[in-house]
Amino acid sequence: MSSASVLRIHNGEAYPCGAMPQVGMAEFRAHALAAIAAGARIVAFFGVPRSDEAIRLLLVLAQAETGMLSLLATDLRDDYPALTPHCPQAHWFEREIAEQWGVRPIDHPWLKPIRFHRSYRPGRDAWGRAAANEILPCVTEFFRVEGVEVHEVAVGPVHAGVIEPGHFRFQCHGERVFHLEISLGYQHRGVERAMVGGPTSRSVPYMETLAGDTTIGHVTAYCQALEALAGCRVPARAEVLRGIALEMERLANHTGDLGALAGDVGYLPTASFCGRLRGDFLNMSALLCGSRFGRGLVRPGGAAFDLEPARAAELGDRLDRTLKDVAGAVNLLWESPSVLARFEETGAVSREVAEALGLVGVAARASGLERDVRFDFPAGISRLSQIPVSSWQSGDVFARAWVRWLEIQRSAEFIRDQAQALPDGPIRTTVGPLFPDQLVVSLVEGWRGEICHVALTDGDGRLAHYKVVDPSFHNWMGLAMALRNQEISDFPLCNKSFNLSYCGHDL
Amino acid sequence: MLREFVERIKQGYRTIPYPKGEAVLPDRFRGKPKIDGSACVPDCRACIAACPTGAIGGADKALTLDMGRCLFCADCAAACPEKTLQFTREHRLAAWAREDLILRNPQSAPQAPRDPTRLSLFRRSLKLRQVSAGGCNACEADINVLSTIAFDLGRFGIQIVASPRHADGLLITGPVTENMKLALEKTYHALPPPRVVIAVGACAISGGPYIDHPEAHNGAAAIVPVDLFIPGCPPHPLTILDGLLRITTLEA
Repeated sequence: MSSASVLRIHNGEAYPCGAMPQVGMAEFRAHALAAIAAGARIVAFFGVPRSDEAIRLLLVLAQAETGMLSLLATDLRDDYPALTPHCPQAHWFEREIAEQWGVRPIDHPWLKPIRFHRSYRPGRDAWGRAAANEILPCVTEFFRVEGVEVHEVAVGPVHAGVIEPGHFRFQCHGERVFHLEISLGYQHRGVERAMVGGPTSRSVPYMETLAGDTTIGHVTAYCQALEALAGCRVPARAEVLRGIALEMERLANHTGDLGALAGDVGYLPTASFCGRLRGDFLNMSALLCGSRFGRGLVRPGGAAFDLEPARAAELGDRLDRTLKDVAGAVNLLWESPSVLARFEETGAVSREVAEALGLVGVAARASGLERDVRFDFPAGISRLSQIPVSSWQSGDVFARAWVRWLEIQRSAEFIRDQAQALPDGPIRTTVGPLFPDQLVVSLVEGWRGEICHVALTDGDGRLAHYKVVDPSFHNWMGLAMALRNQEISDFPLCNKSFNLSYCGHDL
Repeated sequence: MLREFVERIKQGYRTIPYPKGEAVLPDRFRGKPKIDGSACVPDCRACIAACPTGAIGGADKALTLDMGRCLFCADCAAACPEKTLQFTREHRLAAWAREDLILRNPQSAPQAPRDPTRLSLFRRSLKLRQVSAGGCNACEADINVLSTIAFDLGRFGIQIVASPRHADGLLITGPVTENMKLALEKTYHALPPPRVVIAVGACAISGGPYIDHPEAHNGAAAIVPVDLFIPGCPPHPLTILDGLLRITTLEA
């Protein structure tokens, strides 16, 4: 790739928008496809409206081996040749671009809405729907397998458990699933659009509720972006506090997931123990900041609550006790043949498929891909103190459970070390006005995987565009692939092993 | 099998003694706000400007705080030069009427009485269906946690059920997105009457951070009649449990 057509950037550093070279569509495609063929991965791919009615397509690629991201840009007014036929990773992104900006990626093999809202460019619709036509969620074409003995199962939006809404269509032959199609959008609240013109007093609450179980992950990504745009240096103590909170979030969710996986195979001891233990981790977050989900802890410029020595000791104490119980509860899983028989070889995603789809987080690492923002693109405390990447090869439910268990142990160790050696100094500094016409890509390894926020400022230093890519955005397609040739009764188990976010996807 | 028994003994008995025992809450817990406008700097309005959801109204001695909009972020308390606004550690926040969530200076909102006669049918058994209509999964998670051994919801005769057909009531979370409106309406009508509707969290009560978004409906009351409001962002599990115990009288 010639360096003149891309901007090489670091995670969490701001660059002038003018430094971003614009290339023609042919060059954009050629560079993008060549880089992806050579091992780069799509981190974000989205449209930004231009004042002249054009749409600027921005593509953020990760090149893990160099620790750098590269940014490609091209302007377009109308339809453009899709990348998806040559690069499955682009599939979901191009559907989003089509839905948001009313441009058609030509030859996209499966171009359908992903959130079911009107285009952000009035009068432009990729599907030619008139303004008078109502857009109903998940009312669209679905892939169908025809045959006398083939049947279709439709589930959702309202599910049997206390979970978020989504729609799933299975094409089945008896118990066997030929194909699963996932259709979302029920949770769409319009967060990205509401961020434009900010920051305002609502910006942080938007980020904290983007995906409530990933409060710390998303708000940290936002703060990192804002601080870069303002040229603000976060005190070291605050960076450690953020790191502790992020790993605490991972501990709570991974523990809850292992319990839920046990529940889905009818192994109630671990299900029951982990349900309580997850709450104990949430209560440790509340020890830090009063909220079980870390609401109010991470703020632009640092952290709002300190971890004094007595509190740190209490945290370490509780962590040790809880981790001991988690080990007892989780090790039962690995010692129970009936559990392993249900986990192993269920919902396997091969390394090749994971790579082609651009999976991130636990799902990627369970398929043998060593992908972790904390290691590949470190920012904040992970520049100084690294947590080893946990991975496994088999790509099945067992691997996704096992990787969680490995991460629980390593996150706990990290928190224990960090809480004992907090750097001195303030926990928060003021964030000044944002520099005008800048752009930043901010990555955080949330418990589900790579969280990406891209922020652009306008000439007045207000947010001109805000893009969020939750790890679920990359991974929903992985769940669909995991279900191929599985029994439909294994869907809850496979679904839980990914445990993706609906609102994080729908925004 | 032996391993499970040994581990069960190690893990111990973990159900909390609520509501008979003391509610254990973290020292930094932000519960029911308290207003004392007597010390207000005239025309200050710092708290009003700091609030992300417009929960604070009036001024000086007529200051009001709407717990239905409040995210309990305490940005108002931090902005206040005079400690007019403070967050107490009171976790019992539920109210039968929307207006009862509005705190006025200086008197506090009334505690919701238990067991009004209109809901006496559900006094000893309450089956609930949960619908997330744009919820961020925090309210949902802290409803879910009530079914774990720590809270053991079943001992109060309350259970989360899988179908609206089996349910006496609806627990709604989220600001009710446009895309969930129809599904929520259908779920509500699938519940056999008489039915009770409970709005959990700032989003379901007022829209929360999503107030006035064109993609959402400012909470459940725009779509279905709401009987009980449980504020918070998200409400602590004990706040939700206390709210549910306004309806049932079965006490473990």
